[in-house]
Amino acid sequence: MGIDTPTSDGNTASRNEWPLWEIFIRGQHGLNHRHVGSLHAPDAEMAIKNARDVYTRRNEGVSIWAVEAQHIAASSPSDKGPLFEPAQSKVYRHPTFYDIPDEAGHM
Amino acid sequence: MYAQMVKSTGQGVKDPSEMTDQERAFQERIDRGDRIEPKDWMPEHYRKTLIRQIGQHAHSEIVGQLPEGNWITRAPTLERKAILLAKVQDEAGHGLYLYCAAETLGVSRDQLTEDLLSGKMKYSSIFNYPTLNWADMGAVGWLVDGAAIMNQVPLQRTSYGPYARAMVRICKEESFHQRQGYDIMMKMAKGTPAQKNMAQDALNRTWFPALMMFGPSDAESVHSAQSMAWKIKMNSNDELRQKFVNETVPQAEFLGLTVPDPDCKWNEEKGGYDFSEPDWSEFFDVIKGNGPCNTERLAARNKAWDDGKWVRDGLMAHAEKKEARRVAAE
Amino acid sequence: MQQDALFEYLLRLGDNTLVLGHRVSEWCGHAPALEEDIALANVALDLIGQTQLWLGLAGEVEGTGRSADYLAMLRDVWDFRNVLLVEQPNGDFGQTIMRQFLFDLWHVLVLDALQASSNTQVAEIAEKALKEARYHLERSSDTVIGLGDGTVESHDRMQAALDLLWPYIGEFFEPDAIDLAAQENGVGPDLSRLEAAYREQLDRVLKQACLTAPTDFFAHKGGKTGFRHSEHLGHLLTQMQWLQRAYPGASW
Repeated sequence: MGIDTPTSDGNTASRNEWPLWEIFIRGQHGLNHRHVGSLHAPDAEMAIKNARDVYTRRNEGVSIWAVEAQHIAASSPSDKGPLFEPAQSKVYRHPTFYDIPDEAGHM
Repeated sequence: MYAQMVKSTGQGVKDPSEMTDQERAFQERIDRGDRIEPKDWMPEHYRKTLIRQIGQHAHSEIVGQLPEGNWITRAPTLERKAILLAKVQDEAGHGLYLYCAAETLGVSRDQLTEDLLSGKMKYSSIFNYPTLNWADMGAVGWLVDGAAIMNQVPLQRTSYGPYARAMVRICKEESFHQRQGYDIMMKMAKGTPAQKNMAQDALNRTWFPALMMFGPSDAESVHSAQSMAWKIKMNSNDELRQKFVNETVPQAEFLGLTVPDPDCKWNEEKGGYDFSEPDWSEFFDVIKGNGPCNTERLAARNKAWDDGKWVRDGLMAHAEKKEARRVAAE
Repeated sequence: MQQDALFEYLLRLGDNTLVLGHRVSEWCGHAPALEEDIALANVALDLIGQTQLWLGLAGEVEGTGRSADYLAMLRDVWDFRNVLLVEQPNGDFGQTIMRQFLFDLWHVLVLDALQASSNTQVAEIAEKALKEARYHLERSSDTVIGLGDGTVESHDRMQAALDLLWPYIGEFFEPDAIDLAAQENGVGPDLSRLEAAYREQLDRVLKQACLTAPTDFFAHKGGKTGFRHSEHLGHLLTQMQWLQRAYPGASW
């Protein structure tokens, strides 16, 4: 949830607050790690332990990644057009673009 | 609700013709059902209102640990103790998720905590009432969590992405909270005469404070109008309160308990129950700090924070030393 | 192993987790940080769950129909068989986490040994509980190290906690007739062998935590035999057992 925490508003810096970590968890079914939320911890080891206690209370995961929030590079919303819209016109990347006669068999 | 009477601009909703281009584009995104994300442009008032609302919601979860925590060491069976502890622990988790959502708006958790502890920020009025017998654990789960769910389910569709995602996780986890409360009420209401008395006593004390959770009627409120236009408030207070009463009264009847309101009656015409307004002067007293437990609740949170400082600082100092040693070794 | 000796032995395991779980649950809503609050509750939940298993089995072995809840809620102080360490009050967070660490270290060793118990039910419970206890130990030893090495204040508080709780370690390893009967029948481990492993691991963590072990080896005892508990246990029971005592026979 804190993944896009603005860094411009610096009222966090003056305190001795535990840094913010972004938590990613891989569930039982072998899918990729997925962002589940954030938490505070003094260091990476404690961040993983805290994640275990905070985000896997209901048997949600088998693997945890913790990344300090300030080390995450994120795309800017104003780039949304140039970054993502060009992909919309590349319809030929999708299997349904191609008409293959049934006679050709499963493909 | 967990966030009550949150102030927005105080100026009401701007007409599109009075908006700047940016403001208009922003409002159009919300009207389209787009999610606003942390780095997107947003009106300063939207950001500030959300910090107040999410912060208050988070504070309510944290202070809300206390009235139920009051019974963890006295739970009557090992299973009840585990259930109650797991539930109060969930509340700490929900506070944590919500603080993280607020942090994406550029405020730190420590800052929000200090604003709670100094009394600058509020939390829900309901948690300033005492839990006096074991059936209160039932009544809190059934009525207080039940009232909260009314508000939290629609908030999963709120316009601010991190808040909506926090609410999705919270709603998923909360689904057992109301049920475990009602389960306690069923045991008590069908138990010995003493247990039934406890159940009725708990309902008597919790009913009107639960109705107050939705806040006074906001039909005329400029703050609510703005929040609804921004989709950070999804329903009016009266609408949610009526829905709550409609669902709860039959549940009380099923338990064989009496809602402490002689005017509470089914109204065929409106398809809902008529009921008495809570005593709003009491509500404003509680909000001002004069509820039965305001002093104890804030004192307990202040003590935990002050007593915990050396622990937070100690672990941070150790992490810094460890990092320095690692760098020196390279 | 005689049924009554086995019953006593199981009460020791179950009362330790019952009383410590209760103590840790007292922190809920009052811990130094939200993440720590949640973590402590997890520890307490694990311990309560283990209590249900140990006391449930104790009730079965006793064979008079007493359930885990009955044993937890309706025995008086002299019938409790937990070590004195776990009934000590929470004190500051340093005392709580030091008590937890000193217990977890013993708990992991004893559960590990109990996995090989000649009593299969004991071995099964131990196997499940060990997974939980290993995590508890990892967390509590890290926290002891972090706070011992942290600031001057956190170091001093951890040293004070260690000094305060030190005399309660010895009771773990002082074998009596019950322990010896368990050992002889292959139900439980040889305590003297556990002690060597305990002291070695303890020294390692204390060193990393910059803490100094007291040199006095005096040990308080009387908890696991039930002969003489501390005054604290009675107060704990007045809360824990209140509803069951005040409303006998009610179902909750």
